[in-house]
Amino acid sequence: MTTGLWELVLKGVWTTLQLLVFGALLATAVSFAVGIARTHRRWIVRFLAGFYTEVFRGTSALIMIFWVFFVLPLAFGWQLVPMWAGTLALGLTYGAYGAEIVRGALNSVDPAQREGGIALSFTPWQRMRKILLPQAVPETIPSFCNLLVELLKGTALVSVMGMGDLAFSGNLVRLALQESAQIYAYVLIIYFLIAFLLTRLMRSLERRLKARVGKAPRPGVSAPLPVGGGVS
Amino acid sequence: MTWDWGAVRAFMPHFFDGLLVTLQALALGSLISFALGLVWALLMRTPTRWVRWPVGVVTEFIRDTPLLVQLFFLFYVLPEWGLAFSALTTGVVAIGLHYSTYTMQVYRAGIDAVPPGQWEAATALSLPPRRTWTAVILPQAIRRVVPALGNYVIAMLKDTPMLMTITVLDMLGEARLFSQQHFQFTEPLTVIGVAFVLISYPASLLLRALERRLAR
Repeated sequence: MTTGLWELVLKGVWTTLQLLVFGALLATAVSFAVGIARTHRRWIVRFLAGFYTEVFRGTSALIMIFWVFFVLPLAFGWQLVPMWAGTLALGLTYGAYGAEIVRGALNSVDPAQREGGIALSFTPWQRMRKILLPQAVPETIPSFCNLLVELLKGTALVSVMGMGDLAFSGNLVRLALQESAQIYAYVLIIYFLIAFLLTRLMRSLERRLKARVGKAPRPGVSAPLPVGGGVS
Repeated sequence: MTWDWGAVRAFMPHFFDGLLVTLQALALGSLISFALGLVWALLMRTPTRWVRWPVGVVTEFIRDTPLLVQLFFLFYVLPEWGLAFSALTTGVVAIGLHYSTYTMQVYRAGIDAVPPGQWEAATALSLPPRRTWTAVILPQAIRRVVPALGNYVIAMLKDTPMLMTITVLDMLGEARLFSQQHFQFTEPLTVIGVAFVLISYPASLLLRALERRLAR
């Protein structure tokens, strides 16, 4: 491969990373907002949040991307920049999966903690911010780690829309060189390396967060491996 | 925003063609992933690390890289190696292989959840290893993991639209073809989006019910 083609691949890596970061930020915001809304007192809030999760978890990410790229401009006259359209589709889809993670973690906090907050006459918001979330968030990290890897894999979907991410530049190089095996092997390895780094980062984040609420892992006892990906 | 019911009606025959292809891919992909996942899970329990280590690395690699690129890899590279399959076959193999790395973890969890007493009883009865697996461990392990496997079938359903990129005319492929021919994007894309929700949501409710029944 020539230097010019490598530059193309690097540009693709950069686009993929940008999409990953923006998508992850939006997905985190969505998952906390919707996940917390699913534990709300009013049924209508719970229902709307549940509806959102089921719809976005029910469709495929690729269909969402098609929808955002083709239907949104025609139906509502919103023509988004490709980067934001991709971020929006990925963030909303993976946010719905994240909402389930947040909900599960909130539900797994010992009920006595909640009752303690009520007894101390905390407002619902104080209870959430000072008691429930600090204990729930460290529990979410392993699942969010899986979801982040799923999101990374999801970013490849925007290449179908002609966005110049890593998978797309891989296709371009294949057209230039006609050596499919080599270039796709490189692309897969780069994706794997990014996923590997993400996993490492999330693991250290988990250790740090758990230490803050007094749940540092005992030496010699490794955490059980999470089963499967976040997307199911 | 304009909604044209005529376009929906015109799209429906194509929709059912696409649905059939999607379901075919899903059924065959599930079978491959169930079988291959079990093979990976059993290989990961062999005593020698010369088997465990390569299997672990390969499956981790497949799990952490995008299915889309794997599809391209199989679709463009296999013919270069003289293995020419149809696009649908390639897609089914890719999906099955990708999801086998997930079902493998499900099987592993199921096998680990079999109480140690069952192993000890098999040893006490001096059952040969083959009988221990086929008559004692696997029937109990697989029963436990059916709902989790079902979840991956739903996840697989939502990944079948990717087959469109390698020219398979699944639901999304049909929708794209239709929109390009008639220049109507809103209706076909919305129809298949709704169809996915209508298939996957009842399926997940069904699985939840199944899970509750098996848990008892």
